[in-house]
Amino acid sequence: MIISVASGKGGTGKTTVATNLALSIDNVQFIDCDVEAPNAHIFLKPKIEERIEVSIPIPKVDKSKCNYCGKCAEICAFNAIVVLKEKVLVFSELCHGCGGCSLLCPEDAIAETGNKIGIAEIGKSDNILFVDGKLDIGEPMSPPLIREVKKYINTDKTVIIDVPPGTSCPVIEAVKGSDFCILVTEPTPFGLYDLKLAVELMEKMEIPFGIVINQSDIGDKKVEQYCLNLNIPILMKIPFDKDIAFEYSKGIPIVVKKIEKKQNFKNLYQQIKELVK
Amino acid sequence: MKQIVVISGKGGTGKTTIVASFAALSNAKVIADCDVDAPDLHLLLKPKVKQTFDFKSGKKAFINEEECINCGECVEVCRFEAIEKIIENDVINKMIIDPISCEGCGVCFHICPVNAIEMRENLTGELFISESKYGTLIYAKLNVAEENSGKLVSMVRNYAKHMAEKENKELIIIDGPPGIACPIIASITGVDLALIVTEPTLSAMHDLDRVYKVAKHFKVRSIVCINKYDLNLENTEKIKKYCKENNIDIAGNISFNPIVTEALVNSIPVVEHIDNKVSNEIRDLYNKTINLLC
Repeated sequence: MIISVASGKGGTGKTTVATNLALSIDNVQFIDCDVEAPNAHIFLKPKIEERIEVSIPIPKVDKSKCNYCGKCAEICAFNAIVVLKEKVLVFSELCHGCGGCSLLCPEDAIAETGNKIGIAEIGKSDNILFVDGKLDIGEPMSPPLIREVKKYINTDKTVIIDVPPGTSCPVIEAVKGSDFCILVTEPTPFGLYDLKLAVELMEKMEIPFGIVINQSDIGDKKVEQYCLNLNIPILMKIPFDKDIAFEYSKGIPIVVKKIEKKQNFKNLYQQIKELVK
Repeated sequence: MKQIVVISGKGGTGKTTIVASFAALSNAKVIADCDVDAPDLHLLLKPKVKQTFDFKSGKKAFINEEECINCGECVEVCRFEAIEKIIENDVINKMIIDPISCEGCGVCFHICPVNAIEMRENLTGELFISESKYGTLIYAKLNVAEENSGKLVSMVRNYAKHMAEKENKELIIIDGPPGIACPIIASITGVDLALIVTEPTLSAMHDLDRVYKVAKHFKVRSIVCINKYDLNLENTEKIKKYCKENNIDIAGNISFNPIVTEALVNSIPVVEHIDNKVSNEIRDLYNKTINLLC
């Protein structure tokens, strides 16, 4: 089973829920797909055994074959290639790696070469298999790296995916293929507004989902009311606790500090198993 | 005209809370919300929308089933796994394009031997010019499941600039998105100052380092604000040390106080909600930021 942990709004507690869930159940693989701001390693402290460079294919023009016909520039949907009188310019940061230019060049003058955008890290944290991705500074596109990181998914395990915030392409790439998605929110107007967007996304992607309300005793009751009205299951509530916040700040998960809390996350997992059936 | 952007790397550190208070404190500004994925600033500033613009970006592929001969060439060339062969009784029945996975590259359109694929323009969001009691707010909403192209962010910034020129305002305050990729790059390029909001948590500190490096990469000067600094004083000292080592000015520290959430629940900028330690800290942060900007 693949369970992803997402939220529209950032900083609601995705990584907290994902890492504590991973630490509370057996036979887990953890995949951190928030490649722009990957934080799960801070809590799971994995031993990284392998680091793999990830690149996307970008065009490489063979000047001896190119006759500057301009076909590649004409078909590139992302304006990543420009043909001048006797020169072809490639803008690697605009290239999506679709391979169209190379495929359609009438002179067969375009090969592809790798442009590094980040790394995938593979390791272990006790019994948890761990994978994360780190996007290089200055690189604009995270989805290709997320795709690459997800290639390491081992479906013999319960896979837990930590998803980046938002509701657009990086989130879709991370959530795609999940059997269930946990949406983490907080009981504030921001939390509610962004939760609605995340719900809309889940419905569009047809992925079953449920809600975890973090810091459930701050703010108001509107998130709860919204879930009740729409019959969305509230799987868990985590009240605000200054001790836990302090431990969090040091990179210590809740269930490591308070072992008895594992039961809450086991219950969360049981509910998800029921809902996926 | 000066532009200041508030960013963080990690989400939820307090960007929008701070921008809303800055909006209330400054009187010579236009405000821009560049978090087009999850725009929240309008919830606090409660503006009236004056004008709405459609945002069209890129295209998506559609298959004309009547023309399609089920050769499957499009499936072979698509690198985004957006086209699926539907097989029934061992025979290819049809091709289906998943609009969510389609990147709009058009390779299938070009390769199709019978021209059965059409590229249609894609409406991906809306941009709003709005009027709040704090001044003009430009914000946008990307439709869910769309490309978060920096293009919409750039469009927000262009309108903000246009409005600031028109209204003769000297300052644009930009609420930035989380992360370090295309939307953040589009939000920070060419601004005069980036205020990075961090927290004394290992996660936020990790992401502070990443977003600071992005700003540096694009030659934007950064300053830092430590939000909830008293949550872990040891980490706060580490942030101060980090800033010193990298020559980054610390523009202010904000203490942890549930009153900030209370203001949020009431949809009021903190500095207007109450006059206490936290609101004074935000005021000081604002004054120092403006000083560093000039």
